[in-house]
Amino acid sequence: MKEIRLMKGNEAIAEGAIRAGCDGYFGYPITPQSEVLEYLMENRPEERTGMFVLQAESEIASIHMVYGGAACGKRVMTSSSSPGISLMQEGISFMAGTELPCLLLNVVRGGPGLGTIQPSQSDYFQAVKGGGHGDYKMIVLAPASVQEMYDFAKLGFELAFKYRIQVMILSDGAIGQMMEKVVLDEQLPRITDEEIKKKYPWATTGKTPDRERNIITSLDLDPVRQEKINIHLQEKFKKIAENEVRLEKLMCDDAEYLFVAYGSSARVCQKAMQLGRDKGIKVGLLRPITLFPFPYEEIKRLSSQVKGIQCVEMSAGQMIEDVKLGANGKVPVEHFGRLGGIIPAPDEVLNVLIKNFIKN
Amino acid sequence: MENSISKEKICQPENLVYSKTPLMTCNPLSYCPGCGHGTAHRMIMEVIEELNMQAETIGVAPVGCSVLAYDFLDIDMQQAAHGRAPAVATGIKRLMPNKLVFTYQGDGDLAAIGTGETLHACNRGENICIFFVNNGIYGMTGGQMAPTTLPNMKTSTSPFGRDAASTGQPLKITELVAMLPGTSYVTRQSVHTPANVRKTKKAIEKAFQCQLEKKGLAFVEIVSNCNSGWKMTPLDSNKWMEENMFPFFPLGDIKVPK
Ligand SMILES: Cc1ncc(C[n+]2csc(CCOP(=O)(O)OP(=O)(O)O)c2C)c(N)n1
Ligand code: SF4
Repeated sequence: MKEIRLMKGNEAIAEGAIRAGCDGYFGYPITPQSEVLEYLMENRPEERTGMFVLQAESEIASIHMVYGGAACGKRVMTSSSSPGISLMQEGISFMAGTELPCLLLNVVRGGPGLGTIQPSQSDYFQAVKGGGHGDYKMIVLAPASVQEMYDFAKLGFELAFKYRIQVMILSDGAIGQMMEKVVLDEQLPRITDEEIKKKYPWATTGKTPDRERNIITSLDLDPVRQEKINIHLQEKFKKIAENEVRLEKLMCDDAEYLFVAYGSSARVCQKAMQLGRDKGIKVGLLRPITLFPFPYEEIKRLSSQVKGIQCVEMSAGQMIEDVKLGANGKVPVEHFGRLGGIIPAPDEVLNVLIKNFIKN
Repeated sequence: MENSISKEKICQPENLVYSKTPLMTCNPLSYCPGCGHGTAHRMIMEVIEELNMQAETIGVAPVGCSVLAYDFLDIDMQQAAHGRAPAVATGIKRLMPNKLVFTYQGDGDLAAIGTGETLHACNRGENICIFFVNNGIYGMTGGQMAPTTLPNMKTSTSPFGRDAASTGQPLKITELVAMLPGTSYVTRQSVHTPANVRKTKKAIEKAFQCQLEKKGLAFVEIVSNCNSGWKMTPLDSNKWMEENMFPFFPLGDIKVPK
């Protein structure tokens, strides 16, 4: 029988990481995600699996500790919330340039600045468009439940190592703090040093006579070679865009109107959709699970079916830019968002859809 | 002529008194002629070779003139962001505790942008070695003022001399880390004369020994010249270093391992 537990989102991802065979966690406290580090400290993963956990002196230190461990082929992660993730951007860019796999969690809170500790989705651009310098992308997963917080730890590490890329779980204060039932998996073994040498020949594990030395660097001062490196990265991102799109569709088959929302907003829209259906409005929901790669194709397809797309985000309108790219002018696309840490209510959202597309 | 000296005649095995350390690669050093970085590199590699630890060593070089250290050191290396090498080394050592891990950092890197990472790695007593090359200036970016620049010393961002009243006194970070219980061995050396090179090598040996014995962080400062940044000939720069740097940054052990 599967093990089932009632957990907070932040605890679920910590447990998910331990069970996925994570080797190390480095992090710094910040609300609303401190439970990740607290849970790890309390659960003594060092005794359970040998996973190492350290409270770093800052988010800057955390991300560079992750860099050091990841460059040795280890499964390493950090977590933070918006201001802390801003501090990590240089390190993330270095990991992009060196193609180091890692798992990053942003339990987003409202900004700008110190903002609020309440949930928000205003870090979409930073996560999806590349918050640090240079032409790079991360795979961005958007959980909408505590179960997905748990599941995405394992999925995140799989994708990170499959493509040698940084995977960010873009969550928010609501998903991080709320409690839901979680179905847990069996404990996966941690990777051994011998397996790392075989599977990840690029890792710095110590130069042995049978190979050249391994160098982890993002530096190449020769423009011709640096362009090649960048082209290689772009090809990788293209391959990911072609193969890793994940989404959920609810009641889209006969839909005349469409909500597009991720994370907490998708939960609100799911309820709004039911309220709409009760009133006889044929409304569906498309929930992007990967924000990069974004489900442009599915939105394009639905754009020739529906009469209007209502984006709902806890931001001033960030994801809507990608939805519009997908819709490509075929159908009107409107934004609705609440700011400052306010979660919109389902009837509020439904009324906006009615006002935008039906009453007019 | 019979007795003329030719290269071929000189380059005979019996005349060989000095050769490349096997753990240095054949790549020509990118450092300015006369700069201390190359000598410091070689001493570290000699010690790793004598310890027979090539396969067990992971080095970290952040930005600074030695950013390309990985071109010269024949070991697995990680390039780190400016100032973050102690954090990177922490990540390595905590997940690979049996590896020999060191950072190689300049003074701008270690004592300005990376002060936080330096102090905390020292305070946690990370079992790593930090080799800290202090040339009192930012070499790589063209000779700007560093936290270790001497009062009244001219640099490109202190063209009239460092004004200590507004920019502070040179930061004696080595004395600072020696106060932290996490450091096992803290010393200040130089590589400008053969005698000093030998002492530095001994210090590097001792530092690695501390790491092998898990005694905590071993910190070796090497006061060095930046003849280009100081705008001097190599010889003049070494003389200037003795006369001006050493009184402020006196050589010798600051903390010895228990
Ligand atoms: C975040 C960041 N800021 C600034 C720089 C530019 N930069 C590169 S090296 C350097 C100073 C290096 O000086 P030091 O550490 O003393 O080493 P040296 O070159 O003298 O050996 C600076 C400011 C950078 N690479 N990254
Ligand atoms: S700029 Fe200075 S520190 Fe850099 S290589 Fe030249 S002499 Fe050495």
